[in-house]
Amino acid sequence: MPKFLIVDDSNSIRQMVSFTLKSAGYDVVEASDGLQGLQTAKGENFDLVISDVNMPNMNGIELCKELRKLPTFEFTPILMLTTESSGDMKVRGKEAGATGWLVKPFNPDKLLATIKRVVR
Amino acid sequence: MDIQSLAKDIPAQGEQSLEGIEFINNAEQYLTFVLGNEQFAIDILCVEEIRNWERPTQIPNSPNYVKGVINMRGIIVPIIDLRMKFGIGQCTYTVTTVVVVLTIEVEHKSKVIGFVVDAVSDVLNAEADDIKKAPAFGGSIPPEFITGLVNQDNNVVTLLTPEALYKIEKHQIDGCNQ
Amino acid sequence: MSIDLAQFLPTFLEESYEGLEIMETGLLNLQSSEDDSIHSIFRAAHSIKGGAGTFGFNQVTEFTHLVETLLDEMRDGRREILKSDIEILLQSVDCIRLLIDADHNKIVCEDESISKVESLLNESLNSSSTDTQPQNENKSEKTQTATDAQSWLINFTPQPHLVQTGNDPLFLFNALADLADLEIVCNTSELPAFSDIEPKELYLSWQIKLTSSDATEDDIKEVFEWVEDECTLEITLLTNEAISDVQEDEAVNNDTQEQSIQVQSTQPESEQSSKQELAEPLSPTAITTDTNVLTTKPQSAIMGKDKAPAAKAKPDVGSIRVGVDKVDMLINLVGELVITQSMLSELGNDFDLSKVEKLTSGLDQLLQNTKELQESVMRIRMLPISFAFNRFPRLIHDLSIKTGKQIELVIKGEQTELDKTVMEQIGDPLVHLVRNAADHGIESTEVRLANGKSEKGTISLNAYHVGGSIVIEVNDDGGGINREAVLNKAIEKGIVEPNSSLTDAQVFDLLFEPGFSTASEVTDISGRGVGMDVVKKNIQSLGGRIQVESEPGKGSCFKVNLPLTLAILDGQLVRVGTEVYIIPLITIVESLQAKAELINRVSGNMVLYRLREDNVPVLPIYQLFNLEAQCTEIENALLVVVEFDGQKVGLMVDDLLAQQQVVIKSLQDNYQQVDGISGATILGDGSVAMILDIPGMITMALKQSKIAQKTAVNHNVEVV
Repeated sequence: MPKFLIVDDSNSIRQMVSFTLKSAGYDVVEASDGLQGLQTAKGENFDLVISDVNMPNMNGIELCKELRKLPTFEFTPILMLTTESSGDMKVRGKEAGATGWLVKPFNPDKLLATIKRVVR
Repeated sequence: MDIQSLAKDIPAQGEQSLEGIEFINNAEQYLTFVLGNEQFAIDILCVEEIRNWERPTQIPNSPNYVKGVINMRGIIVPIIDLRMKFGIGQCTYTVTTVVVVLTIEVEHKSKVIGFVVDAVSDVLNAEADDIKKAPAFGGSIPPEFITGLVNQDNNVVTLLTPEALYKIEKHQIDGCNQ
Repeated sequence: MSIDLAQFLPTFLEESYEGLEIMETGLLNLQSSEDDSIHSIFRAAHSIKGGAGTFGFNQVTEFTHLVETLLDEMRDGRREILKSDIEILLQSVDCIRLLIDADHNKIVCEDESISKVESLLNESLNSSSTDTQPQNENKSEKTQTATDAQSWLINFTPQPHLVQTGNDPLFLFNALADLADLEIVCNTSELPAFSDIEPKELYLSWQIKLTSSDATEDDIKEVFEWVEDECTLEITLLTNEAISDVQEDEAVNNDTQEQSIQVQSTQPESEQSSKQELAEPLSPTAITTDTNVLTTKPQSAIMGKDKAPAAKAKPDVGSIRVGVDKVDMLINLVGELVITQSMLSELGNDFDLSKVEKLTSGLDQLLQNTKELQESVMRIRMLPISFAFNRFPRLIHDLSIKTGKQIELVIKGEQTELDKTVMEQIGDPLVHLVRNAADHGIESTEVRLANGKSEKGTISLNAYHVGGSIVIEVNDDGGGINREAVLNKAIEKGIVEPNSSLTDAQVFDLLFEPGFSTASEVTDISGRGVGMDVVKKNIQSLGGRIQVESEPGKGSCFKVNLPLTLAILDGQLVRVGTEVYIIPLITIVESLQAKAELINRVSGNMVLYRLREDNVPVLPIYQLFNLEAQCTEIENALLVVVEFDGQKVGLMVDDLLAQQQVVIKSLQDNYQQVDGISGATILGDGSVAMILDIPGMITMALKQSKIAQKTAVNHNVEVV
């Protein structure tokens, strides 16, 4: 079963993403900020990371950079969850090594459809 | 899935309660009971349970017909002696004396109150047409307590209004304290 | 797949209100020093906006977007943090709160403050030179040109490093396969010699043909959205001729070293229907609403499956966030309880007298377990008082603007824990006290300077535990309460008789008398129809009390004393006649057997008992409550001396029974408030016992003696 890491400081968004993925049959581990996410990632392998951008302690961009440094996350898809669909955001994400981005507002079906581009 | 439209469809609390329950006929059922020599009845849906008389804990400075409170499965239930309240019959407490515990909806809150009666007798079926207006001049019971009268064989049964039972009781106590 | 997000609504609401508090606190802090709280403020706004969009809280999304934009500029340093902007943002916080409520109840918020603040925000945003509107709405330009089945040809040439971003062409093709049938041709011409291959690089390119598809160019582009910068993508619409061209191309290609893969779409239907099925496998009645929205849930699913979450979403229920440690503790204790229980039941299986000792120790253990469990459960309801104190920085901020006074707020002891219910009900009284302190307590700057004080007034909130209760103090360093003015007003209002000699405490107590507050004193701030009498009433209904201390020129202190919890009480069981009563242990000074020589009858049939230096009035419970008591003579009677507000009273009882913790049950649930009784409880034998309300009993006794005095006085007058 594919295992995902969800990093978001917003409880409700995290719960919703997690719930959506779990009901689609994926395994989900949650983290509430970048630092916690990184710690979790160091201990386990994941098939996909979905991370918020704006978070305390370590933001999503930094998390993405850090993850790419880990040998186990070299090719792992990392999606940024963001409300900002501006090009600037995408460039910053890409530079940090993100695979793609998901634009809020969060829509469960859309999420499931989109992640198929990076995981199955 | 569209969340916006979904959110609109969240049913309000209690909206779809009691669906699909059909009563066998239009008649309402009433529990009849005896005070002195008179028959009374109350909507059976209000009746929580029927208990044997037990001595309640007194409430200080309460009117004499408020006998006190009892513990009914962790709920503190006040006990009112209807005979004393209505001035009917003798206020003796024997083995047949029972307490009819009612749940009364008052302003969206349910109040649980026990009423001491001489005996519980029967269940009465009465359709709305069977209920006659009580004569304006009457006995010791204030008219707001009475929903109406029902003929049963040769007897006349007085239907009591549960909501009034709570309100008047409260009102009377307030008056007594002054 | 139907996923119901309504169940997350309570979480979102809770989180949003927390976010608003973070914003508020942060904004207030921003003023004093330029720290990095702007980031947390931004994050909070950002989260609210994100969640609001998800739940269709459109009013919130729109409004918060403006706020977020402004904050974003501040965060990036593109905008100076101006005091005026902070003021607007603080008002925005209030607006968002209103809008969340409105959206939650699905109504349009018509509060005029919204549009006012909205225009202020826009004004502020427009005044900046930089163009900062993020292009959030760029999704709307979807071209809906192609609706008939069409074929597309895609040339996809990824850059070698594509896989290093976590993208994988195979998954992209899979996603494409959801749109239409695919024919994929892989071009391996760029593949280097084996020895030159970099394992992390990608050397392949692909030509993909989508046949008979409803997919538009945008749909295809969307699939490649994340890789468009890492590849060369050519998408061409195939006309019939073009198709034959491709076939020729293919024929040529086939000659060279190429492989062809056929990916059969799992769902041969159009995008619309395929996603529909994906979203709703159970019901055949799914309805498609419009082209942007994927599917709506059929009615039946909402009625059936969503009932439970909808019930949960009821806003009134309220929730507590409990630390995991507290829950773990509970689980541990329950575990122990289970062990004790199984031990006891085993003991009961074949019990004989030789095992009595074991039984006793087992019961002791049970008692211990229950007690610990009870304490732990109670602890769950306890929250730090900072929850109640949180609103005050903002209040003080607003009050200093309104009054034109400089006021500083000092908060101490905000970690002191208090029962959630008590906390919720003490909020408003505290607000009233603080408003009062700001309005009447703190003097104007001129007066302060004239009196040699610092120009900035201080209001301090302080909370601490004393025994089983919590004390909350509202202090101000203002002018203090003018004793004479209070007294004169009370006399004028007919609350006290002229010439009556009152202690300071008694005079200050007059502030809480109904009808004391006068019209001349009503200001916008503290005169809101609720007087201090209501404050006192609210506090008393919580089983608490309020005291005032004041020193002219130095300030005043309102001290609120509250029970930690409303649920449990340590009590002394006493018997009067046939009835058992419970006296709160906290009120008891001592219990004693009255000695005849220490009993004095004074000033007209009042019985005083000499307790060391004090003369304690004796209050026979049987008289107060109209009971038949066994012992009606004060000589040799049992007295339980209780104290409230510095007033000691000796309660006369027939017998002292056990001391135990009791769970407080309300009499008002099914009956009504009873004078002198604060509640009831259920004893070990299942019977009900009344809990005595000591302050209430003292008030009752005072009333009775006042009536007696009045009749006596009236009688005297007649005689004269």
